Amino acid sequence: MSATMSAPSSTSSTSPAASSAPALFDLDWRRIGKWGGLCAFAIALISLIGMPVGLDRRTIIEGRLSLGYLALIWLPLLFGYVVSKRVVLEGVDTPDPGARDVLAGLCTGLLAGLGPLLLILGIDNFNLRKPLVNWSPQLLELLTFGRDIGYGIGAWLAICAVLGMLGSTMHVLPKDVRRVVSIVTFGLLFISVLEAAIDDLSEGFGLEGLTDAMYAKRGGLTVKYSIILVVVLGVLAVVTKGRVKGATNHYRGLKGAERKRASVLLFAGVAVLCIVLPMFLGKIMNELLANVGLFLLLALGLNIVVGLAGILDLGYVAFFAVGGYTTAVLTSAESPFFAPELHFGFALIVVVLIAGLTGLVIGAPVIRMRGDYLAIVTLGFGEIIRLLFMSDWLKPYFGGAQGITNVPHVDLGFAVVKGTDPRSVFYMILVFCVLAIYVSWRLQGSRLGRAWMAIREDEQVAEAMGINTVNTKLMAFVVGAMMAALSGAILAAKVGSVFPNSFMILVSIIILVVVIVGGMGNILGVMVGSFVLIGVLGGPRQPGLLQEFQSYKLLIYGALLVFMMLQRPEGLVPSARRSQELHQEEFLQDVWLKGEDHEEEEAAEEAAAEEEAEATAEGTGDPA
Amino acid sequence: MTATINRRSARRVSKVDRFLTLIRVFLVGLIVVGILAFLAQQFAPNNPFTRWRNPDAMGLSADQFKGLLMSGLSQGAMYGLIALGYSMVYGVLGFINFAHGEVFMAGAMTGFIASEKFNASGLWESNFLLCLVLIVLMAIGISTLMAVLMERVAYRPLRNSPRLIPLITSIGVSFFIQNAVMGLFGPATKSYPQLPEWLAKQRSILTFEIAGTKILVLVVAAVSMAGLWFLVERTKTGKAMRAVAEDKEIASLMGINVNRIIVTTFAVGGAMAGVAGILWGLLFRSVTHMTGFLPGIKAFTAAVVGGIGNLGGAMAGGIALGSAESIAPLVILEPLGVPGVSQLKDAVAFTVLVLVLLFKPTGLFGERLSSEDRA
Repeated sequence: MSATMSAPSSTSSTSPAASSAPALFDLDWRRIGKWGGLCAFAIALISLIGMPVGLDRRTIIEGRLSLGYLALIWLPLLFGYVVSKRVVLEGVDTPDPGARDVLAGLCTGLLAGLGPLLLILGIDNFNLRKPLVNWSPQLLELLTFGRDIGYGIGAWLAICAVLGMLGSTMHVLPKDVRRVVSIVTFGLLFISVLEAAIDDLSEGFGLEGLTDAMYAKRGGLTVKYSIILVVVLGVLAVVTKGRVKGATNHYRGLKGAERKRASVLLFAGVAVLCIVLPMFLGKIMNELLANVGLFLLLALGLNIVVGLAGILDLGYVAFFAVGGYTTAVLTSAESPFFAPELHFGFALIVVVLIAGLTGLVIGAPVIRMRGDYLAIVTLGFGEIIRLLFMSDWLKPYFGGAQGITNVPHVDLGFAVVKGTDPRSVFYMILVFCVLAIYVSWRLQGSRLGRAWMAIREDEQVAEAMGINTVNTKLMAFVVGAMMAALSGAILAAKVGSVFPNSFMILVSIIILVVVIVGGMGNILGVMVGSFVLIGVLGGPRQPGLLQEFQSYKLLIYGALLVFMMLQRPEGLVPSARRSQELHQEEFLQDVWLKGEDHEEEEAAEEAAAEEEAEATAEGTGDPA
Repeated sequence: MTATINRRSARRVSKVDRFLTLIRVFLVGLIVVGILAFLAQQFAPNNPFTRWRNPDAMGLSADQFKGLLMSGLSQGAMYGLIALGYSMVYGVLGFINFAHGEVFMAGAMTGFIASEKFNASGLWESNFLLCLVLIVLMAIGISTLMAVLMERVAYRPLRNSPRLIPLITSIGVSFFIQNAVMGLFGPATKSYPQLPEWLAKQRSILTFEIAGTKILVLVVAAVSMAGLWFLVERTKTGKAMRAVAEDKEIASLMGINVNRIIVTTFAVGGAMAGVAGILWGLLFRSVTHMTGFLPGIKAFTAAVVGGIGNLGGAMAGGIALGSAESIAPLVILEPLGVPGVSQLKDAVAFTVLVLVLLFKPTGLFGERLSSEDRA
């Protein structure tokens, strides 16, 4: 027994390479087969959905790479990365990353290459155009790079294999190199995707020369400049190594007055950026920013309902619609039944009141239901409100399917906010967004906000602690409804009309995706979510930076929702408390694994922190 | 002391409660007045209320009423078939599989593609029954596969997470499938080929004029229901399913492979949705990528109406909902003077959901859930 035990340990001590890399070809073939097959399937699916052909018009690097190809080739890269990723467990011997992993990536890539291979052969030999609309010669041409079939097959096998290998090589590379490579790749992608925004911005600052040289005439980076950018980004990545983290840590470590000063500086910087930037931007970019703001306002409201109070409201669009219609009825001269033609400002007050009332009326019957029933019932309410606005029954009051047109511009005395001037709309939305952010931020820490979070964590316990759960949840509904209604009011003023079809259930779901991808219960997360999703992909009707994605964005939203829920339910910018809730099991397990000595450590740390806090309190107290 | 506490707590909840009572009274009042107005309109077309609310009311003839009832029944049978999937999954896993409507849509879409091919080759006309059996089998296959894949990819990793997480995931799955199908098969509305004359023609059974397709729908629904009842109540798998629905942990201690039973549940629900998809195709003869959305939500409503987790209840709920949806607009809303009532059909279905949850949240026939899901 002892001999067998000592034998491996002695070999490992003498030659670590031999034990950590058992044999080059001793791979986990099942794993490779699973991920490679999945990758092949994904490539075929994306091709047949029509993304490569549809996105081919948009070039990333002139003459070399288009968004259409990019939609396919990121897959082998990702799957190559995934296949060699391993879970490190305590007490289990994990072999060091090495040539085996690269080989696994290569095999996965080769297997993934079967996807385009079968597709090319299939399109060439069969005609399935009848049910599958994208089973087209264009797809074949794209897949074979415009040459013959043999070339296409060979090229795809080679590309997939190389990319799979590259993906898995990421595990082998040292950490610093990995960081540089990923910064360069994502930076380059970012710059080419943001082409329209950068173009616009440089025009505002009078730097057309640079962007004209950087981007080719028909879109995409030029080859020369992409090489330059790679070098610049690489140098930047090397230079900034550790600095960003250091700065954030420094900021977090600041205490008292210093922290306050830093926060004020940061806030002032952001404020100046928000106010100054739109002046240099063109119409399209301002329109885009206005849309982002509109959805940010909605998402902030939903964040209170879903993120803080934990009520899944799928009919959130109802309040958006109520806000839009109230504004239209009160301000428009074309309102069929009752047209007081109020000023927008007065209308807003009524909008907020009516939204609050609607929140109460819709909220009261549903608030005591089980969480999932509530979701479906609110979904029903959202749909009912749209159907009612559209019906012949209420046509004399709300104009039926034609909606209410001719909502006037907002005349502020010193300026006029109108849809044709997106910059003014953006400033108006900015004001409301700042207000909403302030309100959410203050609410979060208030008694009400803490009550919401308590209910989200455990309703029964919250009730036992003396929280009136019904009223508290109703409050969340009402506050969320008010924010959504404000957003609806702005939409009505911006577009100049309201139609029932602007208020589809789709809107609710997209806002839900924004909140979830950003990070439920975190204001910063919601902001990031709306910038990334609405800004880049676009809203339900509003195009984003990637206008080509218009027909695929709902698909991407759906996939993102599933992916986030499976991999990162706490969102991109998680709120600490929420992620603890979501990973409660792992969290408890960690505590258990770390054991008692860890608890002692923590206790010691806490004591130290308390002492420090006392010291700083004394320090700040003395001069006063 | 205790008395004051009681009084205070009673006062505190009463505001919302009073409002709910108001809503209940209002809704019941609306229904009663509507039905009374309908009866008045039927028996005395010139009464003052009718003249005031709806001067050019025609009333319904007996044949019209029977026709409405029949189309309501056949549509309701379809909702019932879809509702079975919701109900079973909710019974076993305790979450709403929002993407189940998409499974149904996949069945309808499969049926369309297959029937199109059969039509092109002439088999559709020459041997319709064989084609029907084939497309039903194919739809069952695709829908089952889809439901099982869904469970494996999206729901299994989330088995022990908070209840809303799998619901949100299933919304994402639903969105993804809808748009993937749109990308694959195009956004246009697709029409099933013409049905043979002997099936589509009107028949008269016990004074009820009813189209042959509707009879077919009712018969197929009844057969599927009987099969499902046999599976759940009379086989070993069914017994295991009921055990897992009751308590997963104890079931696994009894030697039941819980994972396999959950997969079976999804598969059976998917198969039922596939059958419903074909029935939809035969009844309405058109399908798009959005076909699954509204019927899905309505089927969930049906499951709640019948009591979630209760299979007989799901079928009964579906039929009740289908009939309510087709009769209520004309019987309750039209006499009250609401124009364009057929547009409000979907609104009526959602109102039924709210009504049931307001009056009897456990459904008409009682829910069957494990104690932890009931919380």
